[in-house]
Amino acid sequence: MKIPFSYTFRNLWTRKLTTALTAGGMALVVFVFATVLMLEEGLRKTLVETGSHDNVVVIRRSSQTEVQSVIDRVQAAIIESQPQVALGAGGERLVSKETVVLVNLIKRDTDRPTNVLIRGVAPQGLTLRPQVRITAGRAFRPGSSEIVAGRSAAERFKGAGIGETLWFGLREWTVVGTFDAGNSGFDSEIWGDAVQLMQAFRRPVYSSLLFRLNDPESFDQVRAQLERDQRLTVEAKREKVYYAEQSELLAKFIRYLGLTLSVIFSVGAVIGAMITMYASVANRIGEIGTLRALGFRKRSILAAFLTEAVLLALVGGCAGLAAASFMQMFTISTMNWQSFSELAFSFTLTLDIAAKTLLFSLVMGVVGGFLPAIRAARLKIVDALRAI
Amino acid sequence: MHPIYFLKLVLRNALRHRLRSGLTALGIVVAILAFGVLRTVVDAWYAGAAAASATRLVTRNAISLVFPLPLTYMGKIRQIDGVKSVSHANWFGGVYITEKNFFPQFAVQAQSYFALYPEFVVDPGQMRDFLRDRKGAIVGRKLATTYGFKPGDQVSLRGTIFPGNWEFVVRGIYDGAEAKTDTSQFFFHWDYLNETMIKLAPRRANTVGVYVVGLTSADRAATVTAAIDATFRNSLAETLTETEQAFQLGFVSMTEAIVVAIKIVSFLVIFIIMAVMANTMAMTARERTAEYATLKALGFGPLSLAAMIFGESLAIAGAGGLIGVVLTFPLAERFAAEMGSLFPVFNVGRETVAMQIAAALLVGAVAACLPALRAARIRIADGLRHVG
Repeated sequence: MKIPFSYTFRNLWTRKLTTALTAGGMALVVFVFATVLMLEEGLRKTLVETGSHDNVVVIRRSSQTEVQSVIDRVQAAIIESQPQVALGAGGERLVSKETVVLVNLIKRDTDRPTNVLIRGVAPQGLTLRPQVRITAGRAFRPGSSEIVAGRSAAERFKGAGIGETLWFGLREWTVVGTFDAGNSGFDSEIWGDAVQLMQAFRRPVYSSLLFRLNDPESFDQVRAQLERDQRLTVEAKREKVYYAEQSELLAKFIRYLGLTLSVIFSVGAVIGAMITMYASVANRIGEIGTLRALGFRKRSILAAFLTEAVLLALVGGCAGLAAASFMQMFTISTMNWQSFSELAFSFTLTLDIAAKTLLFSLVMGVVGGFLPAIRAARLKIVDALRAI
Repeated sequence: MHPIYFLKLVLRNALRHRLRSGLTALGIVVAILAFGVLRTVVDAWYAGAAAASATRLVTRNAISLVFPLPLTYMGKIRQIDGVKSVSHANWFGGVYITEKNFFPQFAVQAQSYFALYPEFVVDPGQMRDFLRDRKGAIVGRKLATTYGFKPGDQVSLRGTIFPGNWEFVVRGIYDGAEAKTDTSQFFFHWDYLNETMIKLAPRRANTVGVYVVGLTSADRAATVTAAIDATFRNSLAETLTETEQAFQLGFVSMTEAIVVAIKIVSFLVIFIIMAVMANTMAMTARERTAEYATLKALGFGPLSLAAMIFGESLAIAGAGGLIGVVLTFPLAERFAAEMGSLFPVFNVGRETVAMQIAAALLVGAVAACLPALRAARIRIADGLRHVG
């Protein structure tokens, strides 16, 4: 026969301070666990959704990032003329020959300089990235010293807001608009006309090429063509893959650090739960004896104490998760080591993460409650009754 | 009460519930250990800035580090009053076998560079070999141990910024003059880089990543900084000069979000363990309510009762903290070995140890507050009636 649930619940309720402290410790651990997962998810979303499946990025072989890549005009022309490149509505080739540089800009809140990625794009650059929408002002006019800033770049950097000006490359650049790229990595960038930016930076070469495939499945074919061509020293990647690789190091770092911390912290929380449950058993030896004498089986005692530990963990888990969900209001910005530029991303809570977090807290409860529950179940009736 | 008896009583009390005290102490060990390692990670982040010399300035392109400076600036900088010597370095960014084996590589003007960095100690014979060999390289002790480099070894790097496969011969190994000196770097001749670039990409030849400027005295830093930047204002490559420390801190501030997160988490772990410890003390005090009343009836004042509880709490926290501090050193060593060259300098600082001890004592003291207050306030009649 099962011991009623209300017995378990009331046990926790009578010792409110202990329950609150134990659940509080667990809540903190769960909070850390959840925020790490949320951060990783936010980073993944930001960078993976930056790319599109049928776009191809071409950079110099083994240059790893656009910033380090160099593609000269002759090479660019060869790449552009590949038969797999899609054509736009007006018959133009959907290729954006881009120049990517890093510029030091001052952060609005800390007054410290940070690397910001400035991307010179061809007019097709916007067509190739449908997720980018101008939300305020207008797009830059080709052939002018005008730039548009991504949403989070405009917010975070001095001079990047609409109507403001930036000084670099011996020129003053006017921000004529801001764009929203749907929380992707482009939101941390500033865009201008590729030709003008190359002039300003005295760069006669492009950094990378982006083109749309006319058939998404023809990627392997075009890659083989480009990499076989003796005149080229380039590598081609699907845009999606390119951006996923850009975040690999940072994502790994966050995951490793976060999981190590979660493990260490959970040891602390499990110990806390164990102490509480051992005390709970020790205080109720007589009670346990009575229950056994009344005919409750060992199994029921074990279940009752395990339920108590799990309930305790669940309270902590829910509190931690609730606190973590508030983290969604914050945006983290840090330098991405691979592209060397500033990247903003936010905590993202998904159902999957919520489920994982609650499962994690349940496991902590079971681990912490198991030994004390066994001790309770193994008490001999006579000894237990004599303990009063 | 006689102090010896008092201590005996405290110790007996602490050991009454061996399992509970042991678990609590174990939790504190884990927390203090985690706290120490996290603080050391934060310190390692700032290691570059901590090792910076006050008599060195770094001049770089004002746009960002990605843009080089012309070699011709060297002579102009040297002419400026207050400048003792000038050297230059290029970030090479090569890949050793795979991307995982990251370590910093610099192409430097060898003679002047090592003269500017007296903390890099090289055997004179090895230095002579290095200067004679155009493809020679000098590697740090830590790097040499990690990858087993010995003088005479061939090392091949795949260029990311400078295309191609580059062959080097290790000619010497440098040691750090102090513990905080970074010995995970790889230096080679800028001439080797430049000669290859003249052949491959003449436009990129004769350029320098950063100039390192040695000052005649540290108090000239501000005027020399201004003088250098004024010399190159309105040129195609405007410069930005900072003290070496400011330059290094610039990198730290770009990844500040991560440092802040680690710092917050390191305090969070102390909070969690505080909850666990407070729980232990609360339970202990509740169980002994009748005992405290008895002691009071015997004539012990509220202060001695409070002191007893504080003593017990501090004894458990102190023991845990002590073990934690002792274990921090081998763990940090292990962690540094696992991380390879990601953290070039990874030492447990004296300040960290002090903070660990302070944290342990704080946890002990805070945990004892509420139970001590309750015990001091208890009324004898109520306490004697209390059933644990």
